[in-house]
Amino acid sequence: MSASLYGLLAEFPTADALLAAATKARYEGYERHEAYAPFPVEGLDQAVGFRRNHVAFITLLGGIIGGAGTYFLQWYSAVVDYPINVGGRPFHSWPSFLPATFEITILGAALAAVFGMLALNGLPRLHHPLFDVPDFDLATRNRFFLFLPASDIVFDEARSRRFLEELQPLMIREVNAS
Amino acid sequence: MEPASRQPPVSKDIGVLRAGWGYASVSDKIADLVLTRPVHWPWMTAFLFTFVGVLIFLGATAYLFAKGVGIWGVDIPVAWGFAIGNFVWWIGIGHAGTFISAILLLLRQKWRTSINRFAEAMTLFAAGIAGIFPILHLGRPWFFYWLVPYPSVMNVWPQWRSPLVWDFFAISTYLLVSLLFWYVGLIPDLATLRDRAGTAPVQRRKQFIYGLLALGWRAEARHWARYETAYLLLAGLATPLVVSVHTIVSLDFAVGNTPGYHSTIFPPYFVAGALFSGFAMVLTLAIPLRHFFGLEDFITRRHLANAAKVLLATCWMVGYGYASEIFTAFYSGDEFEQYMTINRWVGPYAPVYWSMLTCNILVPQLLWWQRVRHSILALFLISLVVNVGMWMERFLIVVSSLHRDFMPSAWGMFYPSFWDWVHLLSSIAMFVWLFLMFVRFLPAISIAEMRELVKESAESEAEKSPRHGGRQ
Repeated sequence: MSASLYGLLAEFPTADALLAAATKARYEGYERHEAYAPFPVEGLDQAVGFRRNHVAFITLLGGIIGGAGTYFLQWYSAVVDYPINVGGRPFHSWPSFLPATFEITILGAALAAVFGMLALNGLPRLHHPLFDVPDFDLATRNRFFLFLPASDIVFDEARSRRFLEELQPLMIREVNAS
Repeated sequence: MEPASRQPPVSKDIGVLRAGWGYASVSDKIADLVLTRPVHWPWMTAFLFTFVGVLIFLGATAYLFAKGVGIWGVDIPVAWGFAIGNFVWWIGIGHAGTFISAILLLLRQKWRTSINRFAEAMTLFAAGIAGIFPILHLGRPWFFYWLVPYPSVMNVWPQWRSPLVWDFFAISTYLLVSLLFWYVGLIPDLATLRDRAGTAPVQRRKQFIYGLLALGWRAEARHWARYETAYLLLAGLATPLVVSVHTIVSLDFAVGNTPGYHSTIFPPYFVAGALFSGFAMVLTLAIPLRHFFGLEDFITRRHLANAAKVLLATCWMVGYGYASEIFTAFYSGDEFEQYMTINRWVGPYAPVYWSMLTCNILVPQLLWWQRVRHSILALFLISLVVNVGMWMERFLIVVSSLHRDFMPSAWGMFYPSFWDWVHLLSSIAMFVWLFLMFVRFLPAISIAEMRELVKESAESEAEKSPRHGGRQ
């Protein structure tokens, strides 16, 4: 309908109601629908069609880069760049190189996990059209929301609204793009 | 009426959460501690007193920088005095926070939920304070950045074979990872605070600040999925990190050849001691927190009793460490090790040794009695005693091993100076000050995880199940 319609938002009182609604929406052919809950609800990610979670892989990469880089740095500085006889120990004192390698492996992995998670989630994004919807602030308190974006192929304002009404939400709201 | 499946759940009493809480009421209860609760005089008094402590710490540090490290009682042979003892003590205290947050998460312990947030804050503050001491303890603290490997124009690099360099990597990693873990845990709660701050002109500032910190979190299902993976991975990373950090701290000693230092049991023994002192500090903080903020429904007697059990278990590990040190000293046939042990028993620091054993081994045995584990006053007192005892342990390891080692002509004594005490006591004040700020500005209990717990408890067969038994 109106060019500025971003989608429809339905509000539910419980996690189970949202989970059922999101699952139904998926069977209806929605692919880009989103669900909002004040805590992670088991199975909700599958219900909105989320499959590939790359966070673990990014974390692994971060760990490998941190560890390999640190070991290389120690080897390079102590063996190649400026070898010094310290306490008669070999230039390539590999056991002594392990603590820093271990620590920076953890650091690299942790940084990758956090910033990878944020980047994949598209955060920080301080403004979002949903924030203008009355009641959406309850998504971080006690209410559960299903959002059908207008960009979804099967979205049709009248039909989608009817679909949502059948789910008996507390209320349905239009979300305008801003 | 709505069917039952559409009614928001209400918590049952599962021991670690009392009955009658729903999503909205837990959220509001915890958020309002930050957003609407007025400042009361006990908090204000404590805040002002500890703020004076912070100023004293800064002043003493300025004086230290101006005059040099000799204002402390350190000399030769005891060049490591209070500063290193405090450092090990503080970082040890930090470890319980990560243990609660990460290891109990991996073990799926529900009693973690209401204590993980402030325990992590405790970690962060304790590790931050710990990190200051090695720098203060440098003779030329302004060159501390030489520990960082960077391509300097002088073409010199850090000395990778030294545990003090490992320390730098361990502590900075520990601080950063604890901060990330804590902050990631906070993001959904910061969003709750943002959304509950209100829009009146006075409240706009809070909304703006919490909004910035929440990074635009909007609780989307895909976001939650990635968030949970990241959080679990962080827990998995933090677990070996905790062990490695205190291991590396223990290697500061164990790598040295001084009798009393050069002991292969140090890594696990230090880690056990860290958990011991850390859980004692968790109790020290949890008991006033639940009392003053009315959180008895969330931080229950079950939590305190569980922490007491961990305290008792780690007490025995520490006790095993003491026994093993003594046994090894005599079994080794090394007369220096034997003398070091006898010197601890009857030497000039013997009173510290025996008080340490009393505080760390004898007094915690009271926790075998359920009556003691469920007495809040007793737990608070025992936790204080353990904190003192663990400080004495760090002091004893650092000082008593150094003051009489291989060459009798190089025997000496360490007498803490006025400034040693000032730095110790004011660092405690700084810790309390940071903690007081934390409980006013950030949610002291994880709100999102409490909501999850409400759902779980409502779905559980709480009162009947023997595992969550009704007995308190």
